[in-house]
Amino acid sequence: MPESGFRRNQLGLVGWLSGGRYGIERYAFTLHRLTGLAILAYFLLHILVGSSRMLGEETWNSVMERLDSPVFRYGEFLVYLAFAFHALNGLRLALTELGFFLGAPRQPVFPYTSSVRRQRPLFVLVMIVAAVVVVLGGYDFFFAHPVK
Amino acid sequence: MIETRSRKQSGGSEEVIKTVQFSVLRYDPKTLPAPRVDSFNVPVTKGLTVLDGLHYIKENLDSSLAWRYSCRMGVCGSCGMFINSYPRLACNTQVLELKTDTVHLKPLPNFDIIKDLVPDLSVLFEKHRSVRPFIVRRDVSIDELPSGEFFQSVEELERYLQFTYCIKCGLCMAACPTVATDRRYLGPQPLTQAYRYDIDSRDDGSDERKEEALGSHGAFRCHFAGACSEVCPKGVDPALGIQLSKRRAFVASLGLLPKKRLAAVAPPVTSAKRREGTPDAPERTVR
Repeated sequence: MPESGFRRNQLGLVGWLSGGRYGIERYAFTLHRLTGLAILAYFLLHILVGSSRMLGEETWNSVMERLDSPVFRYGEFLVYLAFAFHALNGLRLALTELGFFLGAPRQPVFPYTSSVRRQRPLFVLVMIVAAVVVVLGGYDFFFAHPVK
Repeated sequence: MIETRSRKQSGGSEEVIKTVQFSVLRYDPKTLPAPRVDSFNVPVTKGLTVLDGLHYIKENLDSSLAWRYSCRMGVCGSCGMFINSYPRLACNTQVLELKTDTVHLKPLPNFDIIKDLVPDLSVLFEKHRSVRPFIVRRDVSIDELPSGEFFQSVEELERYLQFTYCIKCGLCMAACPTVATDRRYLGPQPLTQAYRYDIDSRDDGSDERKEEALGSHGAFRCHFAGACSEVCPKGVDPALGIQLSKRRAFVASLGLLPKKRLAAVAPPVTSAKRREGTPDAPERTVR
């Protein structure tokens, strides 16, 4: 894209991260990307930890000992939260990006409605399911297999 | 006198309801290379728009203030600006509806600033042009030497009609989080227009738009944040257009897209008789 020679006014990361005064889907957009990055970071760490087994049983046991702490257990639960949101919101995005739940194009008559509003019940539904998944997982984390 | 005229322009009453502070971002490449914020007190009457407020400032307080406008009725799409951190048309926004004592005005983000509140929309127009936003026919005899109208059913028209209401104001581009980080991303407006022509039964130019509209900076970079549709002042719903274009591309990749039945050209009318009493067309003024 050629430069115009005028003053740059690109929002950059601020525009990417900030939901501003827009609707809930804009916040879901930001959270989806952040949780995606968090899951990716966890995945890389997971590979790194798993690969320590190649360095012998002693190294493996020492790494496992270090990870067996409340910080990592609670951290793991945060990853679980990120997964629950990312997976279910991803399902919503897969459906809407294929045109489902958006309705057909129509003549814009004031007050305008939009496909974003029409798919909002789906958004609410997947968030309720995500909350149920989090509650069930939380029970397992904190009560069925509590952190020692 | 000037003040009175300015209030009358708004179509509202003469009674000043309250004074609102307009906090305006100022920038001038020649005299003010670093942007600053200037504040102006504007007496607000019922029905006064942000555009009227800017006129008041220009006529009474600071004649050097620059912004772009034309129609004053939400048709031309010139006066888009960032009003209280939300992209809006200044002519469509009444000050009292903002329910605030300070109106913060900045030029539309994601566009370079020419001066004060004037954004450089040429990037938008270049991207718009890049998707060939017009009817393309491979048959040269139809494309270059049109002999008549195309046949089109109401159903075929309704598939794209909503997207034709775009006034190219750039609000959707200012609201889009992907445009904020990727200057090469086409953005909601051009992508919606690409879809609008792709599904037009008169058009045969999908293949020519494919590289731009579905390339690495095309529709699949949209992740449905939905802000574009929220801010659109004409109800065009760009997010819908982009998602439908993704669906179309996905179905096409599976080889399941039905072959387009191109609209035929209507033959010239030969047999119809002219109704009695129909006046003659006026003489041509341009030859």
